[in-house]
Amino acid sequence: MQLKPPKSIRGKLALATCSMLTGMPQGANAAGADSPWELDTAVLYYSEKDRVEVVEPVVRLRKEIDDDEFISVRIVYDSLTGSSANGAIPTDQPQTFTSPSGHKTYTTDPNETPLDPTFHDARYALSAEWEKPLGELTRGVFSANASNEYDYMSLGVSAVVSRDFNLRNTTLTAGASYNADQVDPVGGVPVGLTNMPQFPAVKATEGDSDDKTVSELLLGVTQVVSRRTLVQLNYSFGSDSGYLTDPYKLLSVVNGATGELGTVIPGSEPYRYEKRPDTRDRHAVYWKTVHQLSDDVIRVSYRYYWDDWDITSHTLDFRYRYELRNRHYLEPHVRYYAQTEAEFYRHSLIDGESVEYASADYRLGEMTTTTVGLKYGFPTGKNGEFGVRAEYMVQSGDSTPDDAIGVQRQQDLFPDVEAVIFQLNYSLLF
Amino acid sequence: MRAALLSSLLGLLVLVSGCAFEPVQPWDRDLLAQKKMQLDPYPLDTYLDEHIYYSKEASSGGQGVGGGGCGCN
Repeated sequence: MQLKPPKSIRGKLALATCSMLTGMPQGANAAGADSPWELDTAVLYYSEKDRVEVVEPVVRLRKEIDDDEFISVRIVYDSLTGSSANGAIPTDQPQTFTSPSGHKTYTTDPNETPLDPTFHDARYALSAEWEKPLGELTRGVFSANASNEYDYMSLGVSAVVSRDFNLRNTTLTAGASYNADQVDPVGGVPVGLTNMPQFPAVKATEGDSDDKTVSELLLGVTQVVSRRTLVQLNYSFGSDSGYLTDPYKLLSVVNGATGELGTVIPGSEPYRYEKRPDTRDRHAVYWKTVHQLSDDVIRVSYRYYWDDWDITSHTLDFRYRYELRNRHYLEPHVRYYAQTEAEFYRHSLIDGESVEYASADYRLGEMTTTTVGLKYGFPTGKNGEFGVRAEYMVQSGDSTPDDAIGVQRQQDLFPDVEAVIFQLNYSLLF
Repeated sequence: MRAALLSSLLGLLVLVSGCAFEPVQPWDRDLLAQKKMQLDPYPLDTYLDEHIYYSKEASSGGQGVGGGGCGCN
C-alpha cells in the first residue's frame, strides 16, 4: 500500500485520530479514503546463459470495497523458451537423445552438458484475494488461484488469519493452503528408471497424466520491537503427495570401472528416466527483520529449510534501501543460498545397478545460489511509483564430485548456471 | 533440525509473551506506517522472486502459504 498525503488539515486530523484509535497504518486509511483502486504492474525478463529465457508480465489490481476490506486480482503470463539440462552427463562423444514427444531426436556435442532444446512453454496464472476484517483485532485473507501451462495445471485455495495483541504490537498468524495439480507430460508419463528406447521406438508410459497435491500450514508471529524495528518469525510445514518426478529428466548409465556410457541393451540408449518418491514433507523456519536507520531501511531475512528427502538449506537475504532526494531510492540486494543434496540424487547410475529412486536434476544436488542486484525506484506524478531492477544470479556445485568414475573426472559434472534478471515495476493509486 | 525447531518455538513464546519489548503506542507509529517499513512492501517483487527460486532450487516455504504451482522443468 502506498502512502498518499491527505488533502487538508481536516483530513490530517481525521487520519491522525483514526490512526490513534485503531493503530492501523496511516497509508491504508489514506489510500482507502481517496484512492480505492491500487494498480501494480511488473515485467520480468530472466535469461540463463545458453539455457532458459523467460518473459513474465504481471498485473495486480486491488480495490477497497468496504472499511478495511479489499479484493484483489493478479494475472500472470509466463513465456518460456530455450534449453533445459536433461540430467545426462557430458561425454567425449556426441550424444543423441529422443525428444520427450518421441517424434524426433536432438544431439549434444562432445564435452557439452546435454540440454533439451525442445523446451518451450507458456503459462497463465490467475489469483483472487479477499482481505476481510473478522473483528476489531482479527483479519482474514482468503485466496484462490489457478494456473495452466501446456503440460501442467494447478488449482489452489488458501486462508490466512491474523490477530493483533499487545496494543497491536504483536500479531499472531495462522494459515493453510491446498493445491491440486495435474501433470500432462509431452509423450506421456514415463515409467521411472526404465531405459530410453532407441529412436523411433517410444518410451514405456504409465498413462497420459498424473496428479499431485500440495498442502501447507503456517504459524507466525510479528513483533513491533521499537518505533523503528519490526521482526517476523514463521514456521511452515508442507506435505506433497503424488507424482513429484520430473518426467523430462534423465540419468546417464555408465560403466562402473571406466565411467564411459554403459552397455547398451538392444533397442535402448544408456539413459534412464528419473524417479522420485511420491511423498515429501517440508519444513521451514523463516525470520525477517525490518529496521529503519535515520531514513534508510535495512531488510534482512534468513530461512532454514529441511525435508524428508534429506535436503537442508540456508537462505540469507539482505536489502538496503538507500534514500536519495525527492523520494528516489536505491536498493542493493544480496542473496545467498546453500543446499545439501537429496538422498536419491546421483550424477549418473552404474550399469546393472538397481535403485528405488534416482534423479540427476542438478536442482536436487548440493549447490549454492548467489544473487546480487540493484533496484532504483522513484515516484511519478501524485500517486505513482516506478521501479527498475537488475540482478545477476549464479548457481554452483561440485564439478568433480568424489564419486566421479574414470573419464567422468575429465568432464564438468556441475557447470555453473548463470542468469541475469531485469524487471520494471509501475504502481498507481487512483 | 530439532534444535532449530526448539529455538524457534522458544523465540515464539518470548515474542508472544509481549513482555520482552516496550509496546509502541499508536501515536508513535509514523515510521512503521510507511510503505517501506511494511513486511512486504512490493508483493510483485516477492512473487516473482519466489517463482524464480522455486523453479531453480529445492527449497520453498517460510514466507507464506499457497500461491500456485508450476511444472518448472
